[in-house]
Amino acid sequence: MQYFEALGLEPRLTLDAADLQQRFYQRSRQWHPDRFSTKSAPEQAQALEMTALLNDAFRTLRDPVARAEYVLSQNGLEASTQRGKDVPADLLEEVLDLNMALEEADHGQITRSLAQFEQMQAAVDSQLASQFAAWDAQPTPDTLQPVRASLNRRKYIANLVRDARKALDS
Amino acid sequence: MFEIDFGKPKHELILGIDLGTTNSLVAAMGPTAPFIIPGPDGDPLTPSVVTALTNGDFLVGNPARRALVTHPNLTVYSVKRLMGRGIADVRDELKLFPFRIASGSESVIQLALGPRTFTPPVISGIILRRLKQNAEEHLGEPVTKAVITVPAYFNDAQRQATKDAGRIAGLEVLRLVNEPTAAALAYGLDKRKEGIVAVYDLGGGTFDISILRLQDGIFEVLSTGGDTHLGGDDIDNLMLRVALEDIASEWGEDISHNQEAVQLLRRAVIEAKHGLSVLPATNLVFDYKDRRYARELTRDVFNRLILPIVERTLGPCRQAMADAKVTADDIDEVVLVGGSTRVPLVRESVERLFRAKPHTELNPDQVIALGAAVQASILSGADEEKLLLDVTPLSLGIETMGGLVSKIIHRNSTIPASATETFTTAVEGQTNVLIHVVQGEREMVKDCRSLARFDLKGIDPMPAGLARIEVRFLIDANGILQVSAREQRTGKEQTVEVKPSYGLTDDQVEAMILESIEKAEEDFAERQVREMRVEADNVMHAVEKAKSSDAWYERPEDERQRVNRALNELMVVYHGDDHTLIRAKIEALDEATRPLAESIMNSAVNTALKGTKI
Repeated sequence: MQYFEALGLEPRLTLDAADLQQRFYQRSRQWHPDRFSTKSAPEQAQALEMTALLNDAFRTLRDPVARAEYVLSQNGLEASTQRGKDVPADLLEEVLDLNMALEEADHGQITRSLAQFEQMQAAVDSQLASQFAAWDAQPTPDTLQPVRASLNRRKYIANLVRDARKALDS
Repeated sequence: MFEIDFGKPKHELILGIDLGTTNSLVAAMGPTAPFIIPGPDGDPLTPSVVTALTNGDFLVGNPARRALVTHPNLTVYSVKRLMGRGIADVRDELKLFPFRIASGSESVIQLALGPRTFTPPVISGIILRRLKQNAEEHLGEPVTKAVITVPAYFNDAQRQATKDAGRIAGLEVLRLVNEPTAAALAYGLDKRKEGIVAVYDLGGGTFDISILRLQDGIFEVLSTGGDTHLGGDDIDNLMLRVALEDIASEWGEDISHNQEAVQLLRRAVIEAKHGLSVLPATNLVFDYKDRRYARELTRDVFNRLILPIVERTLGPCRQAMADAKVTADDIDEVVLVGGSTRVPLVRESVERLFRAKPHTELNPDQVIALGAAVQASILSGADEEKLLLDVTPLSLGIETMGGLVSKIIHRNSTIPASATETFTTAVEGQTNVLIHVVQGEREMVKDCRSLARFDLKGIDPMPAGLARIEVRFLIDANGILQVSAREQRTGKEQTVEVKPSYGLTDDQVEAMILESIEKAEEDFAERQVREMRVEADNVMHAVEKAKSSDAWYERPEDERQRVNRALNELMVVYHGDDHTLIRAKIEALDEATRPLAESIMNSAVNTALKGTKI
């Protein structure tokens, strides 16, 4: 997987943020176009390509969700891009509560819903962490499938959290 | 004669240029620190003002600023506000600035200065060329490369227009650097510590905020934000409007359509603004045609007047912190840049927002140019310690069904950045696909800024949806978009025809360069004549002096006649405009005076030896 290679890493869903940043800085020093402005045109073009790839890789891998989506897509398991199509069944009641509160601008209920969803998000995150570890230990489709399910759930909840926050801010 | 060889610098000299709305500066890297190169009048600032004289010459800088009052129709200022913009963008601007737009300004604005018209990149090019000449005269060597700064919040078209201006000026623009980032480089904060730095840059016409992380010489921009139409000019215009209304009611006369009077009043207003940065109160005095308007202006009144402008800067600051995922408590240092940060209310507001005392050690007018010179030395290879990792200020998107925008590169992505999208055909036999690229954060195409339309041509006819054209969008280190395309099945490179929504085509830029090269040759010839006259002055002065020495009278008669004849011939060609002829006559005079010079030298040696025992 190109993005991991660009940073000199084996494909892993669990990464150390500080280490990733150091790798990014070190490779930037080596490949940034600023280091090639007195060099030949082909060398400059190569530096531009290398740095673009490095930046795209760092931007993707430093965010755990984007990183997991990248690994999924590289393994032919595109995460769902459709929003709100399938409400996770166990969330139905809470989602209806939030929607009603948003419609009525009921700040009390929105605040309560927000707390609920933030809690759920934290739960999904910790679930994701263990699923990441499982795939890192044994990278197979069987260990990757649960990651995809959790990611879709997380995305759904994250949208609810965003809508609730937006309603409270305005 | 002694010639001391200081040795050639190992790295090529690259200029750092701050092409500002109000003032422009040029800087270069010295042995230890960057320095500003002043103009011939000694002023470090070159006002970004150009006068197009009717004889074809240009006044640039302070002389042009003086001409604003005497020749307002031939003079233009604040042209940076028009760079890379369309006529519809600047409608509001036109109410406040006496820009005269000529017809035929649909895709590129044409400014009328007397009988001639100029595009904004050409006017900026004229300013850049003057800065280049100032640098060459000061440094005594030709310079062809430069780093030019732009507001961080400049979009693709504005960046491209700035690059075009450099080409028009005969400068190879090695890099466009964002102004706040340049300021951070100038402060050299990297030497002191690691940490998070906020750069607040309020200039004449633009506002930028950038949040950076510094570590081991790496300046990583985390986020940037701003407003390309917010700055000291807005304060001036506000004060001007109030003063004009006040004068109208006092004098019973509306002078707002009298360009000369408005320019004089603008100056008085700016002077009062500057006064209030150091004093609690000042007098606004305006004399015009035997009439005087005078008002005492206190800082309290001034602060109340400009509060809305200052508050407009705080929203982007909060957004930038959110985008960088930091809070005010995480900010270790704050750097103030731009002349407008001298306003006390601005300083107080920034200090309150970031909860940190701002850095003001460096002159806020000069810090950007100094930083550009630091970046220039990084590019030349002289500085291997520092490295700048900048971001794109605006999201890049493409138009999809229903006028919606699909974002492909998000704002605050480190540049260079790329994205690949696959396109296909919608009807059978379709041989081209039109892609509309926009910049901005909104969801609808109409709310974003149209950047360019790319026409993918030469697709082999096939059933709908079968073609797979992979398009690569790459934002380079200057923040400028490059596009390439490839048919996926055949691997065939597709032609991408770019129609920039605003701005000059390559051919148009080329035509403008040629024009300025012709002009530059004229200028160059003139300068060579001037320089040769200076040399002639020196030689003639030396000969006259020698003719008063004893040695002169000891020379044979025919030799003295030869010298006098050569001297006369030099005087004859002195006022002509052929520098090669002047040089030839200087050489002839040198030749004729050689025996005389040797004899003077000998008698000097004899005098020196007298009284010494051998």
